[in-house]
Amino acid sequence: MGRGWLKGSVILIALGMVLAACGSNNNNQGAASPSASSPTPSASPSESASGEASPAANDGGTVKVGVLHSLSGTMAISEVSVKDAELLAIDEINAKGGVLGKKIEPVIEDGASDWPTFAEKARKLISEDKVATVFGGWTSASRKAMLPVFEELKGLLWYPVQYEGMESSPNIFYTGATTNQQIVPAVDWLLENKGKKFYLLGSDYVFPQTANKIIKAQLKAKGGELVGEEYTPLGHTDYSTIIAKIQAAKPDVVFNTLNGDSNVAFFKQLKDAGITSKDLTTLSVSIAEEEARGIGPDILQGHLVAWNYYQTTDTPENKTFVENYKKKYGSDRVTDDPIEAGYVAVYLWAAAVEKAGSFDVDKVKAAAKGVEFNAPEGKVTIDGDNQHILKTVRIGELQADGMIKELWNSGSPVVPDPYLKTYDWAAGLSK
Amino acid sequence: MALWLTQLFNGLSVSSILLLIALGLAITFGLMRVINMAHGEFIMIGAYAAYLMQKIFQDSLPGSWFGAYFPLAIVFSFVLAFTIGYLLETTLIRFLYGRPLDSLLATWGVGLVLQQLARSIFGAPNVGVTSPSWLDGGLRVMTGVVFPYKRLFIIGLVILCLLAMYFYIYRSNPGRRMQAVMQNRDMAACLGISTRRVDSTTFAIGSGIAGIAGCALTLIGPIGPTIGTNYIIDAFMVVVLGGVGKLAGTLVGALGIGMLNMLFEWWTTASLGKVLVFLCIVAFLQWKPMGLFAVRSRSLD
Repeated sequence: MGRGWLKGSVILIALGMVLAACGSNNNNQGAASPSASSPTPSASPSESASGEASPAANDGGTVKVGVLHSLSGTMAISEVSVKDAELLAIDEINAKGGVLGKKIEPVIEDGASDWPTFAEKARKLISEDKVATVFGGWTSASRKAMLPVFEELKGLLWYPVQYEGMESSPNIFYTGATTNQQIVPAVDWLLENKGKKFYLLGSDYVFPQTANKIIKAQLKAKGGELVGEEYTPLGHTDYSTIIAKIQAAKPDVVFNTLNGDSNVAFFKQLKDAGITSKDLTTLSVSIAEEEARGIGPDILQGHLVAWNYYQTTDTPENKTFVENYKKKYGSDRVTDDPIEAGYVAVYLWAAAVEKAGSFDVDKVKAAAKGVEFNAPEGKVTIDGDNQHILKTVRIGELQADGMIKELWNSGSPVVPDPYLKTYDWAAGLSK
Repeated sequence: MALWLTQLFNGLSVSSILLLIALGLAITFGLMRVINMAHGEFIMIGAYAAYLMQKIFQDSLPGSWFGAYFPLAIVFSFVLAFTIGYLLETTLIRFLYGRPLDSLLATWGVGLVLQQLARSIFGAPNVGVTSPSWLDGGLRVMTGVVFPYKRLFIIGLVILCLLAMYFYIYRSNPGRRMQAVMQNRDMAACLGISTRRVDSTTFAIGSGIAGIAGCALTLIGPIGPTIGTNYIIDAFMVVVLGGVGKLAGTLVGALGIGMLNMLFEWWTTASLGKVLVFLCIVAFLQWKPMGLFAVRSRSLD
């Protein structure tokens, strides 16, 4: 056994050396001929990951940016579409001549729904590919995993999803809503229009837990009443007992922060139990047009959601955006809030770069303050202090065709306040 | 009273779903001893088969026929999962009999491949399956107590599957051959049974039943490339608790876990309830490592 083992390990080491030599060979070739790297976005992550890394990434008329989303695993459900939207924005900008005269070249990586993988790939994108910026992430867990990497390597991340607030990294731009642009106004609206008794239902992880902490403080301050609070593990698929609990608690409103597959199970089983949107108001913050398609619009009809953008949002920019998105990816595809936020992120970055006249992270950050863009959701502006963006809040109702009808909006873009400093009742939450 | 009736029904319903997802595994893992990590993906295949059948009815057949798609979808999902199971057994699993760790890793890999395949074919987002209108609504037992037809249907389907399996395994000739091979392979081979063919068929039947489970689950749950992962742990729990190799054990195991799950979830929360159920199972297996129904047979030692 001893000898066989020795022989095996020798072969293994030899093999490793050969492979390493091949790898460095590839890299050398890449450096020698930068023209070999194609400027067209490639759909396969492995293709773009292999061998294109030239140390002087920003030479030769292109600038590399990272696109880091889960293309496999549970989160692929949501993140693939955001990646598509980001590539669409990159194509559009390239068609108009690129940024500072350079074509944008996306380097696509797969976070694989695994948080350490996100950190690892972020490190690879910054250190090896020398990308100018990265667009990516969906879950708060993936963002929290990438955050230290971006701060350590002085990288730049554009994060496109609504999240639980209480964060403001100097190396991240947040183009999704923070709590005071989605959850806080939604709770206010519900208290005013639907009733005081709240039941909080969420998946058991950081976003719902933090969001509900904020909602509880808000309810206490505004005279609302909490009649129940329940968390289910991610991927939970039987809600019969929870529905019985909700029926027993008789709330006016169920505030739903469930994420992923659980939403499908919850709403299907709610309908089977004979409860429709007329009997019980629910407001969800994780169901958009894309998710509605997977749940079945007939099941969701009449239920409420809160976002900053709907496919039906009536702006000329949105009309073009929806048209282009469908033209590129198929007429059966829909757009939704995170998809739009990913698309906007690319344009905001490009605008900040143009303003800075440089791809340097610090210069781009300094220039980003006050950068405006006529987004599909309406005009958005980067807040220079916390690097979030000003967004209009919209509450909508799901229709039988899977689209969302806007019931209420905030009128003008809301200034982001990730730590809820301007709300008296929120004092002590950020501790 | 009304509440308890509802909860009792919910417990029964959860048990029936657990039983449905575990039945196929009771064959592939329970009888054949293949640690089949791709079991969840056969459930996924069944769910997509239902989606396909629905699409065919929507696109190319008159609208009034739509209600009939579901029974056909059940048959189709069985056939599809059966075929893929058969192919998997003949190309891969049969080389791994008696090597539990290898088959665990290999089937896990097959599961990942099948997931990515579904993602390439149907796209990463979930797809929606509209359940037939004759399953909408529920049976009103008394005020405030509604038994949804879909859950009643699943309970009925499980009973049907269980009966069919019982008659196949214990009362039919192919079933007897299957038992013979599983109990004493060499002797069965000596008596002229083609153990190869029995192995393939058995594995395919287990996969086919997982397909039926996937089809039924489209009524109450999501349909996406990774839904299998939501059910695989529960399925193994049921089979292990029930006692590997016994149909009756699987039945009692599913009932036990389903009822306990309902009670704990009612008393505590969904997350804590699940932890408590697992704790109970672990404690029970410490006391009876062979599960509820231990098979006493020399060949299983």
